Amino acid sequence: MTEALDLSVFVKRPGDGTAHLDLAVEGIDCAACIDEIEDGLERLDGVLDARLNYTNHRLSVEWRDGAVAPSMLVEELRRLGYRAHPFQSRLVEEEEARRAQWLLKCLAVAGFASMNIMLLAVSVWSGNVTDITQETRDLFHWLAALIALPTVAYAGQPFFRSALGALRNRRTNMDVPIVIGIMLALTMSVVETLNHAEHTYFDSVVMLLFFLLCGRYLDQAMRRKTRAVAGNLAALKSEVAHRIGQDGEVVLVPTAALDPGDKVLVRPGERIAVDGIVLSGASEIDESLVTGETARRATEVGGRVYAGSLNYDGTLTLRVTAAGKGTLLDEVERLLANAASAKSRYVQLADRVARAYAPVVHLAAALTAIVWIATGSSVHDAIITAVAVLIITCPCALALAIPVVQVVASGALFRAGVFLNAGDALERLAVVDTVVFDKTGTLTLPEMRVVNAGTLAPDLLEAAARLGLSSHHPLAAAVSQEARNRRPFDGAVEEHGQGVHAVVDGVEVRLGSPGFCGAEELARDAAADWPSASVIAFAWGEKRAILLVQQALRPDAVDVVRSLRERGLDCRILSGDRPEAVAPIAAALGIQMWRGGCNPAEKIEALEALKADGRKVMMVGDGLNDAPALASAHVSLSPISAADLTQAQADAVFLGDRLRPVLETVAISRRAHRLMQQNLRIALVYNLVAVPLAFLGYVTPLVAALAMSGSSTLVTLNALRARGASGPAESAAPRPDLVIQGA
Amino acid sequence: MNVLLYLVPAALILGLTGLAAFLWSLRNGQYDDIQGAAVRVLSDDDLRS
Repeated sequence: MTEALDLSVFVKRPGDGTAHLDLAVEGIDCAACIDEIEDGLERLDGVLDARLNYTNHRLSVEWRDGAVAPSMLVEELRRLGYRAHPFQSRLVEEEEARRAQWLLKCLAVAGFASMNIMLLAVSVWSGNVTDITQETRDLFHWLAALIALPTVAYAGQPFFRSALGALRNRRTNMDVPIVIGIMLALTMSVVETLNHAEHTYFDSVVMLLFFLLCGRYLDQAMRRKTRAVAGNLAALKSEVAHRIGQDGEVVLVPTAALDPGDKVLVRPGERIAVDGIVLSGASEIDESLVTGETARRATEVGGRVYAGSLNYDGTLTLRVTAAGKGTLLDEVERLLANAASAKSRYVQLADRVARAYAPVVHLAAALTAIVWIATGSSVHDAIITAVAVLIITCPCALALAIPVVQVVASGALFRAGVFLNAGDALERLAVVDTVVFDKTGTLTLPEMRVVNAGTLAPDLLEAAARLGLSSHHPLAAAVSQEARNRRPFDGAVEEHGQGVHAVVDGVEVRLGSPGFCGAEELARDAAADWPSASVIAFAWGEKRAILLVQQALRPDAVDVVRSLRERGLDCRILSGDRPEAVAPIAAALGIQMWRGGCNPAEKIEALEALKADGRKVMMVGDGLNDAPALASAHVSLSPISAADLTQAQADAVFLGDRLRPVLETVAISRRAHRLMQQNLRIALVYNLVAVPLAFLGYVTPLVAALAMSGSSTLVTLNALRARGASGPAESAAPRPDLVIQGA
Repeated sequence: MNVLLYLVPAALILGLTGLAAFLWSLRNGQYDDIQGAAVRVLSDDDLRS
């Protein structure tokens, strides 16, 4: 990789002679990394400032324009041991960040106000049972009003806006009863203050706001964190391509810098980074990431190729039709739109509760007022009691119940190497009863491995692997992974389309097609035993060996599938690959229900059929051909190696070579869902106790304050249990190797 | 109860000062990198030069 990468599209120039670049950095795992990176870059001549954000692993560098090439910064970081990728912050993410800041401001104002009003309220409460004078109490009530009214006007905005939005769409949400409760309580408190009354509810109103904002902020913080991680992942995964300029010059650029119409050069052994049309050249490409099909396809001039395909032996020139996020088959896109709209019909638990809860609250308050008037009380007393009912039923614990669990559970998932794309995914994950796996890249590793390595003599394998280092061919690259000594042999020569050969210690060694190595017979036998594997031959003097290269199962796939089944989940395989390639995998995993050769539409059909049986399906897949199926499944999961679009459709993405995160995702989300329901039950029990008391008129502001903070604390503490260690069977203890990758 | 005349404003002003300090720190970007702040305190680059 001595070629310089052209990053100029990512550089921002504010116009004062400086240039600015944001990078997502991989490999940060300790405090020392901060100094190492910042000092390392600032030592470069011309770099003015380098600042690493340790929380989201982003680095922002500023330098005198022209003094340093952006690619030098990346190169310097690589020398220091970190991989850095240019990063463009996306609009959604900035929007989320602004909203989080706004909520935090509201929270701060509400916090300040509730503390000061509580100070005044406690004085009044203690004064009421001792010797407070009428004038002092009125003064305190007026002071409380002075603080509470502007506070509600400012910090209540998130609720006012959301409630208005809902009402405008003729819906109701949790915020409608909240806003009604707050406004009524405020008005009543002001009227009571004017009447020199003993009790006002300013403290309850502001405390309510404070707790509700806590829940809202946590919810937002979680969404923001997942967005940030997703943004980094997108940058880390960003690929590069060789662009052919107007003057025929070839420049290495990130795919984000490519426009449709550009010409791109794809060399043998490279992964194609764009969708395009072949202008010249002939080659074979492996589209397993795109379609799941592991057999190679020959390209023709004028034919289409898709991002994610692996180019085998020829050099291709492509005209870009779509790069970056736009890469996609039309068919997939159409299916996707349908499937995604079906999913948005799912209603979150919190909204379902809110829908049932809001009318009940209003009914209870109205009933209270009517009963009090009917039993001969004054209208004034009736209204005060009704407002007390409204305040006490305001869904304080309810608003915290679900966001806190979500935050804690997504933290646990994060440590297990799983990132959630959607906040409500936890709820959907918890009710899954059927798991449908894609084969290629999901049950198997995305890279190919030598499957018969164990049956070969170790020195033979090592020699073959070292020879493989000298070849660009993907099969040879798979063989070379076995090499313990990573130095290629001197004088190795690659014969195009045949293989590589070299002379080692006076003996000729060859790695390549069976014909090239004189091992046709061996190859025929091996191919008969392993019909699904690719064959590569090796010759060392007189010795001959056949290496079978195939996408191997993920190391823990068998265990994970067994554990999933023990948990009562029905596991199935739906693959785009040939049935004869799927059968051995299904047999190894003990899965009876499998289908091969499915196109995207057939996958959706199969999922719909399962849905029609009343099953809740989790789809685990990675190929572009899986994207529509992922979107149509009840919930979906993708490995990090998946194509961009597939990741965008998945509800969660997992890291690493292992399949274990799938298991942990199910375990953690089930526990989280249980805790959410528990929390809702706690909130319900609280209401069952508090509402009759309020109905009978026993709820003073003091009781309301105690009840509200008490139930909120209880719910929060309960939610912390989602962190894990609730039993060995469902332990979410992070694996050390995953922690490092997830950190 | 004359003591209230300066105690109550004092309490309010103290509270407002705290609020203002928080809002300032928020605007100043001090909450952008919470984990980083925790580990940066361990670095002693201020001793070097």
